[in-house]
Amino acid sequence: MDAILLQILNGLDKGSAYALIALGLTLIFGTLGVVNFAHGALFMIGAFCSVTMQRILTISKVTIDDTKTDFLGNPLKVETPYAVDWFGPDLGSAIIDWSVPLAILLAIPVMIAIGFAMERGLIKHFYKRPHADQILVTFGLAIVLQEIIKYFYGANPIPTPAPAHFTGSFDFGVWLGFEPNAIIYPLWRLVYFIFSLIIIGAVFAFLQLTTFGMVVRAGMADRETVGLLGININKRFTIMFGIAAAVAGLAGVMYAPINSPNYHMGMDFLVLSFVVVVVGGMGSLSGAVLAGFLLGILESFASMNEIKSLIPGIDQIIIYLIAIVILLTRPRGLMGRKGVMEE
Amino acid sequence: MLGLDKRDTKFLWIVIFLTLATPVLLQPFPEGSALAQFNAGYPDLMQRFAIFGIFAIGFNILFGLTGYLSFGHAAFLGIGSYSVVWMYKLLDYNVIWGLPLAVIMSGIFALGIGYISLRRSGIYFSILTLAFAQMSFALAYSVLTPLTNGETGLQVYTSDKQILMGATEPNSPHFFGIVMRDNFWQPNIGGWQFTFNNGYYFCAIIAIIAFYISMRIFRSPFGMMLRAVKSNQQRMSYTGLSPRPYTLAAFVISGMYAGLAGGLLASMDPLAGAERMQWTASGEVVLMTILGGAGTLLGPVLGAGFIKYFENIFSKINDNVLHGWFSFLPDGLEDFVVAVIHPFVGKGWHLTLGLLFMAVVIFLPGGLVELGQRIGRLFSRKAAEDETTADVKPAE
Repeated sequence: MDAILLQILNGLDKGSAYALIALGLTLIFGTLGVVNFAHGALFMIGAFCSVTMQRILTISKVTIDDTKTDFLGNPLKVETPYAVDWFGPDLGSAIIDWSVPLAILLAIPVMIAIGFAMERGLIKHFYKRPHADQILVTFGLAIVLQEIIKYFYGANPIPTPAPAHFTGSFDFGVWLGFEPNAIIYPLWRLVYFIFSLIIIGAVFAFLQLTTFGMVVRAGMADRETVGLLGININKRFTIMFGIAAAVAGLAGVMYAPINSPNYHMGMDFLVLSFVVVVVGGMGSLSGAVLAGFLLGILESFASMNEIKSLIPGIDQIIIYLIAIVILLTRPRGLMGRKGVMEE
Repeated sequence: MLGLDKRDTKFLWIVIFLTLATPVLLQPFPEGSALAQFNAGYPDLMQRFAIFGIFAIGFNILFGLTGYLSFGHAAFLGIGSYSVVWMYKLLDYNVIWGLPLAVIMSGIFALGIGYISLRRSGIYFSILTLAFAQMSFALAYSVLTPLTNGETGLQVYTSDKQILMGATEPNSPHFFGIVMRDNFWQPNIGGWQFTFNNGYYFCAIIAIIAFYISMRIFRSPFGMMLRAVKSNQQRMSYTGLSPRPYTLAAFVISGMYAGLAGGLLASMDPLAGAERMQWTASGEVVLMTILGGAGTLLGPVLGAGFIKYFENIFSKINDNVLHGWFSFLPDGLEDFVVAVIHPFVGKGWHLTLGLLFMAVVIFLPGGLVELGQRIGRLFSRKAAEDETTADVKPAE
């Protein structure tokens, strides 16, 4: 029992990342009908927002302390981050420690701006062209974004620690009445899971409860009629693209402590999140979320030793295997609507 | 000649000439000159031109003619390489055993994968092929290690049996005694250094045959059917033809081309690694085909040559080279120009490639071939305008 619970928990953090990326992909596909291969790159840029925030916060002022000397006998240079200088040692170092959560504040405007620029500058011109062209141009864009990041940040992964409060792990089993040390779970992964639930909830609430969301949903169902009613649906869809980019970016920001950001992390996630979208059903938001968590959990189950000894190598291919089965037996995915991209 | 009409025969002769003269044509700058680093006439790179040309020609038969975008062709490249290296290990270093096996094995795999994937079209087909390729890659890395030697890559060890190995046989890949890595002629004519390499000519002759076959496919009724699949599948089925066997045949043929290319890679360098099967490698052949011009005969070859040239030549331009070029400028300006160009060359050549690829997809859906045609038309327009009695084309 505790082993099963542990695998479910292990699957949750990866599943959260899949779900968030797939949610953004589906938002873009459902509203604009565009297959966005650059979505993984947006996730990666989000992760690098964390790195940037960390660097901004640790920009230091160099002062020379005459009372001490370094090992060469010169006066010691003391580097104090401006944050410490301005807010005092306690609050200042706390701010630096919390750089990853703070990066959310940076990531939201940056990602929305990138999303707007992408949609207005490039994707707008590809609505009328075949899906293959959309895949190709966004694939090219993904390469370009990746290389730009590589140029500025280098090719090596950059460790980005979580706040000190959350670096440890805690004994989840004790809460549920198991004996101690049965289920040990890293704290930050739990934070990531809760964070992703909040984001997913916010997106759904936005779409279901606001007038704006209602118009967008109407546009997803029947774009022409909404346009005939005198609503500028294109403008709203552009905003949705920005929001989808922000969702991918936020998924990346908080993922940075789990996996040190490097420039090709987006591509690694992209392939899997496409599989997630297809399994969930093209154009179905709840399908994307469900399939994200489902595949994350199944992946972690497949990596259990008991199952690996039964079917060797299953942990590597489980996701693809499921995708193939789903595509062949139920092409519209788990929760896809009838008739959407069903060929 | 060989079942081609007059125009195609001429075209084929031009291609044959260009392929065979590559060691001379790609060596336009004398040794030691400032531009010598743009010379691409060294064996390793020329072999890659020919091999990836074959890969792209095969991919084009599927994507260019039927419009099915496969993101998993690298799997067949890997299968081809593994087959050839296994033949080295079991029999001997003669590539005559491995290459046919590579084509057959990749054909079998393509039949299986294609049969399943072709049940869907559009984006679903792309994702299915991607899933299969990623599965093969993951399996080659993990469970199939006894077959693929995992991360190390498959290679020949001295403990291997090699039952056909003769006492005087060369200890590297060869074709009945013609050793692939040897050069048969290395003339030095007035500062120009040319290298005529056995391996390159082996690949080149196979590439010419591959090109000829693809030309025949393009001109055949079968090729017409494949184009019909691309332009309108529904209409095709209304006329009573099932598109499935045609697309499956195209998929298998292009898979065999990829297997042949993979086998040739292992024939030049007796190594096979799983990273050859990763989806980025599949993405590369997509880039090549689109960049050159999908659906044209010569386009994919041009694209393959272009990308491989970029990868090997552009990536070598570093800051020192740039400073050398712009040393005639005043100091401040020189630094500025070098700083502007720096991100696009050397290690950043992928950035240039990505930008170029996007530009091609946006502005030139026909690729480099269309660019050539447009430029050609620009110059011939004046001549055409004079002849007001332009030939009347039959209605399509």
